Amino acid sequence: MSAQAHSSVSLSLFINGESRNLARPLTVAGLLDQMGLAGKRLAVERNGEIVPKGVHGATELADGDRLEIVVAVGGG
Amino acid sequence: MDDVLTIAGKAYSSRLLVGTGKYKDFSETREAVVASGAQIVTVAIRRTNIGQDPKAPSLLDALPPSEFTYLPNTAGCYSADDAVRTLRLARELLDDHRLVKLEVLGDPHTLFPNMPETLKAAEVLVKEGFEVMVYCSDDPIQAKMLEDIGCVAVMPLASLIGSGMGVLNPWNVQLVRDAVKVPVLLDAGVGTASDAAIAMELGCDGVLMNTAIALARDPVRMAGAMKKGVEAGREAYLAGRMPRKFYTASPSSPTTGLIGS
Repeated sequence: MSAQAHSSVSLSLFINGESRNLARPLTVAGLLDQMGLAGKRLAVERNGEIVPKGVHGATELADGDRLEIVVAVGGG
Repeated sequence: MDDVLTIAGKAYSSRLLVGTGKYKDFSETREAVVASGAQIVTVAIRRTNIGQDPKAPSLLDALPPSEFTYLPNTAGCYSADDAVRTLRLARELLDDHRLVKLEVLGDPHTLFPNMPETLKAAEVLVKEGFEVMVYCSDDPIQAKMLEDIGCVAVMPLASLIGSGMGVLNPWNVQLVRDAVKVPVLLDAGVGTASDAAIAMELGCDGVLMNTAIALARDPVRMAGAMKKGVEAGREAYLAGRMPRKFYTASPSSPTTGLIGS
């Protein structure tokens, strides 16, 4: 199937509410690296669950994953 | 003995907690926070901007978590679920940090707390091991409910967030004070140093503010004024004010030995 062939190379993700197509395979660590965020103080939630820093490298992203990537900012 | 504020087993010498929003830049934020003497600073949790310069300075560089106790908040959350998710992210972000400020808002016009959702979120967070300081209405019954759930501090509003209207219902603040054993921190609505002093004179254990400092003409100077206001109010509370005498004056000078008598 062509849809499957397409999804075997491309990964459709929702990152902070925006839709993005990226090449697979991709881990959380790989994604942060591509975004220039590697080593930054941040936190990642995947489909409503926290992805702890320790497993960013081992967490493979799947088609349709919804990610939230957050930082601390000024606030009251 | 030192007069310290103890929250979740940790002692703080400052009773003023400050927010880090609405400042011109991080250098002003830092200067104001330092001038306030605050040891606990609130921060918000927000999405990274995709495409943002990764080398841009961050709040954590200006106010290193090694120097200040961070209090991540749930500002902008309108449901228990969003607030809980935000604080789980904060805990991950700040390396298993557990002290948090829960606020679940009711509507964007008043930013009044949605108490049913606040209570729901508090239950989940306390079960998950968070130390929950909670923005709430100035209602002694619900403040007690939050204490019973296991919140480590209750934080009733003095008046609307960012309004600078001061302590509008001192009687309710005292009722809250009397209703719970955990620290009561007045949160939201302080406009100037006398408001902070009034809050402390009412018996509050501390005051949390942001806008009153950040939007003053000279934020750093106002931060210093707030520090003094909180300290003066606390001292006055501990000293015990004189009783009010209605309709009757009492001279301060001797009533005998006047010339011509």
